[in-house]
Amino acid sequence: MTDIELNGVSRWYGNVVAVNDVTLTIGPGLTGLLGPNGAGKTTVLHLMAGLMAPSQGEVSVGGQSAWRNPEMYRSLGLVTERESVPGNLTAWEFVLSSAKLHKLPDPAEAARKALAIVELEDAQDRRISTYSKGMRQRSRVAAALVHDPTVLLLDEPFNGMDPRQRLHMMELLNGMAGEGRTILFSSHILEEVEQLSGTVQVIVAGRLAASGDYRHIRRLMTNRPHQFTVTSSDNRLLATVLMGHASVSGVSLEPVGVLVQANDYGTFTRALAKLAREHKIRITQLIPSDESLEKVFSYLVAT
Amino acid sequence: MNLTIMSLTARAMLGRKRVLMLLPMPIILIGLTLIGVTSGASDAQWGPVVFSSLGISVILPLTALIIGSSALGLEIDDGTITHLLTKPLPRSEIVLSKLAVAWLVTAVATGVPLAAAALIAGSGTLAVGLVIGAAIGGLAYSALFLALSVMTKRPVAVGLVYIVLWENILVSYVSGTRIFSVRQHATAIADSIGNTQLIDASVSVTTALVMAVIFIVVGTVGATQRLRSFALTGDAN
Repeated sequence: MTDIELNGVSRWYGNVVAVNDVTLTIGPGLTGLLGPNGAGKTTVLHLMAGLMAPSQGEVSVGGQSAWRNPEMYRSLGLVTERESVPGNLTAWEFVLSSAKLHKLPDPAEAARKALAIVELEDAQDRRISTYSKGMRQRSRVAAALVHDPTVLLLDEPFNGMDPRQRLHMMELLNGMAGEGRTILFSSHILEEVEQLSGTVQVIVAGRLAASGDYRHIRRLMTNRPHQFTVTSSDNRLLATVLMGHASVSGVSLEPVGVLVQANDYGTFTRALAKLAREHKIRITQLIPSDESLEKVFSYLVAT
Repeated sequence: MNLTIMSLTARAMLGRKRVLMLLPMPIILIGLTLIGVTSGASDAQWGPVVFSSLGISVILPLTALIIGSSALGLEIDDGTITHLLTKPLPRSEIVLSKLAVAWLVTAVATGVPLAAAALIAGSGTLAVGLVIGAAIGGLAYSALFLALSVMTKRPVAVGLVYIVLWENILVSYVSGTRIFSVRQHATAIADSIGNTQLIDASVSVTTALVMAVIFIVVGTVGATQRLRSFALTGDAN
């Protein structure tokens, strides 16, 4: 009853294709929807939440069509990316009104529970406009949770959170996923999802690029080829030593330092310090080449 | 109707600075009435100018536009509409609740000053007529502007085009278009009840009532249909 299914779904705006022929099924547990900015993540989430009609294909949640079907919201909650909160309300009023709009039998009790889950009880009587970004985010999560949905969609929930808040949110999501709910969140920052234990769907340029176990994708990422610029007390010696190591596929001696082409990010970074110490070379600088996330994702697509 | 939606809407609407825009108009209306009463001119000379041309033709539509376009439009603008849309509510319930609030606020904000002005002018029946005219006309306008706020991103601009171009300019050149003018309906209703020289209508009250009902039904059904397939527009992230 809690599966989200996309079957050959495309969505275009005029001439721009935002989502291109995506077929996927998301079951209970925690799933990350990863991809660079502009990849179509928000469009996918809005399609699932019934806030947008697919141009082609079918979207269903728990076997029901998502589009033009308000009844679906009895079992689905959505936290949008846009920081849209009625700032004139307090978190209590906001979450309570959500509970009432869901026509729950005991709205006050449901609101209390939801605010407790996100640990916002202490601030619940302050206006939302006085909240920090993380608190606003949590108030919106509480409002989306108030009816105890079996499916929860979150668009960039970690945006603007500090590492501690992020960890807390991840624990929260993991906990809810452990109860058998289907939790799907999107993110464009891979570092954000390091504590994730679950599956991921990677979407690039509107297409589903990879899907599977996060640890597998993570390994692909740490094992990807990478460039570094190293400066040291003896660049020539360092170049010679590095060339002898299996993780290095190319070395060139440049005026700025030693340009290293490593074919395995993880192994190289571990080996470098050991090699330098053995040959009494002092490393003064180690700069990983500036790699955009788009590049990482497209590497994933290519493998 | 949904009391939660209604109270949230009323709070959001009355808690904004925009509502202050409603204040100057009744003051001008009552000021002009006082001038008319004390000027010594006959009722037929100044009454229609104040009650029809200003009261029903300017104050009623502008008030209804400011209120009707914000009842749902503000939430669409700032994205909080998703909170309402992701609830298991029939879309008609959302539209009817929003319409009820817009109507109540419009009717009070226009009916009270119009009635006060009519009483100053010494006509109790006109006061009743104006209150009923403003109530029915206000409902028709509210339904129209609420529908516009779901159908276009610029409901205020489109609403002004209707008020200024259609109701003012077109109606005065092409007389047949007046039956599609809400303010003519409101004037006809107020005139038939008021029965004084202070106001002067140009369409029959039967036509007015029928057309007002059509505006109300088409606006409400149109807004509901549109909200049913309301798609969030936004960047394709």
